[in-house]
Amino acid sequence: MREYGKYFSFFRLRFNMGLQYRAAALSGVVTQILWGLIECLTFRAFQQADPSAYPMAFSATVSYIWLREAFFSAFSTWQTDGEVFDSIMDGGIAYELCRPVSIYNMWFARTVASRISMAALRSIPLLMVAFLLPGPFRMTLPAGPQYFVLFVITLFLGLGVTVAFCMFTYILAFFTISPQGLRMMFTSMVEFLSGAIIPLPFMPGGVRMFLELLPFAGMFNVPLRIYSGDLSGAEMLRGIGLQCFWFVTLLALGKALCRAAERKVVVQGG
Amino acid sequence: MITMEHVCKSYKVAKRNAGMKEACKALFRREVETIHALSDVSFTIEDGEMVGYIGPNGAGKSSTIKILSGILTPESGSCLVDGRIPWKHRKEHVRRIGVVFGQRSQLWWDVPVIDSFALLKDIYSISPQEYRNNMEELTQLLHLQELLKMPVRQLSLGQRMRCEIAASLLHSPRILFLDEPTIGLDAVSKLAVREFILRLNQTHKTTVILTTHDMQDIEALTRRIILIGRGRVLLDGTLEDMRELAAEHGTADAGYSGQAEQTVIHDLPAGRNGQIASAGCEPGRSNESLERIVAALYHKLDIV
Repeated sequence: MREYGKYFSFFRLRFNMGLQYRAAALSGVVTQILWGLIECLTFRAFQQADPSAYPMAFSATVSYIWLREAFFSAFSTWQTDGEVFDSIMDGGIAYELCRPVSIYNMWFARTVASRISMAALRSIPLLMVAFLLPGPFRMTLPAGPQYFVLFVITLFLGLGVTVAFCMFTYILAFFTISPQGLRMMFTSMVEFLSGAIIPLPFMPGGVRMFLELLPFAGMFNVPLRIYSGDLSGAEMLRGIGLQCFWFVTLLALGKALCRAAERKVVVQGG
Repeated sequence: MITMEHVCKSYKVAKRNAGMKEACKALFRREVETIHALSDVSFTIEDGEMVGYIGPNGAGKSSTIKILSGILTPESGSCLVDGRIPWKHRKEHVRRIGVVFGQRSQLWWDVPVIDSFALLKDIYSISPQEYRNNMEELTQLLHLQELLKMPVRQLSLGQRMRCEIAASLLHSPRILFLDEPTIGLDAVSKLAVREFILRLNQTHKTTVILTTHDMQDIEALTRRIILIGRGRVLLDGTLEDMRELAAEHGTADAGYSGQAEQTVIHDLPAGRNGQIASAGCEPGRSNESLERIVAALYHKLDIV
């Protein structure tokens, strides 16, 4: 337990630091409310064009959009920890390697902490606004208490999958020196495949079935659809099972790759 | 005890000439050059010793420190620090060593110094008792009282370096690696740092390995010098041995016509050998000449 205590310390320090950035949070909230409104209007237009072809309840889409905006900073893949990349690029990682800690666990703890602190600052005001909006754009309550509990659990599981995936961008930076290219590629790929641009239920049949098997579906697709009851029963259980599977798999792969990277590491600079 | 035997380490460096055409060529075929940072380095350091590790820029000093602290894996050769192979038993190894890289910071930039210290306490699982004792001693000796509550970004370099040194000693390491700890410091801070290191070595018997370009550091702190150049150990002895080596080369090279050597001979005062001898008798007065001797030696050994 003491072994994990130190990773909690990293978590705490990073979390406290994250809470300092109030101005950034405020501007984020404003941007995301506007963005959410645009999305709501767009999907409203889809739905009115052909209600029979619309694949989910409109209120479920609205909840999905607002939750997505509220927890945006927890799940976006470009929101990676700049400090980690800097330390690899300028050689500051030398100090981190001089500590009796696992580099992987430490980065994991720090990334989770900064994401939770950013999301905590942004989600509360944003959701308050979303619950007060008029008419069809108002955020609805969860489908039921059991859905709410599952939503919270899978939200954290989804965060785990997201961070475990982002860890690969950190580790690959050991090999490529400049991480920009990889980051761009990963970001645009994940944005599309995870349902950040268009929720996965809107994808055509075969594509949708395939995408739902990938780790990206386990990021926020599962919790956000459980909230509104759009995902339930056997399909929900399958989604949660895949989330667990991908979390464990990505973690194991990432740790193995990190060990290989540590052996090959060239610390930059004198 | 630290032993290094026949350690070799090389890096691959991608190279290309200037210009657009060359840059385009490099997209398809890169010329890679292997640089031998360390070739066949061996030495032994006993517990409680204080060793100055010197050599020109790029000689392999930092690579050695990085291997000894478990960050780099050498290609061949063996290295044991207190019975452990640093890069194989990294986590156990680093618990017993402290490292200061003078050109980097281990403190968190945006938070007060004390927060970084508290994090280190958790990282190293330092007991509250030990932490309190060490903090008390370090705060007093390095005059940290006023600095602890300040964010690191607002500290001057000298203040920060004192905090960096304290940070590397919180877990009472048996061995301390100092990689250019006085770089960029003013006279007062330099003296404070030196005094502290000397005291640490005397009272706690901490083994100290120090790399520096400041010959005053060497003169004030270390009895033993390891001189390294082009990845090889060229001298392992005292400051006097180094002066002798410089003198030998100075006389032997009188009729030598290499260009670099000639420049150096011109640079040096005429009665050089006499001065070297007298400098040996009066340490402390002779820093400029010591610097010149080292520069001349680097040229003579052709390691610059």
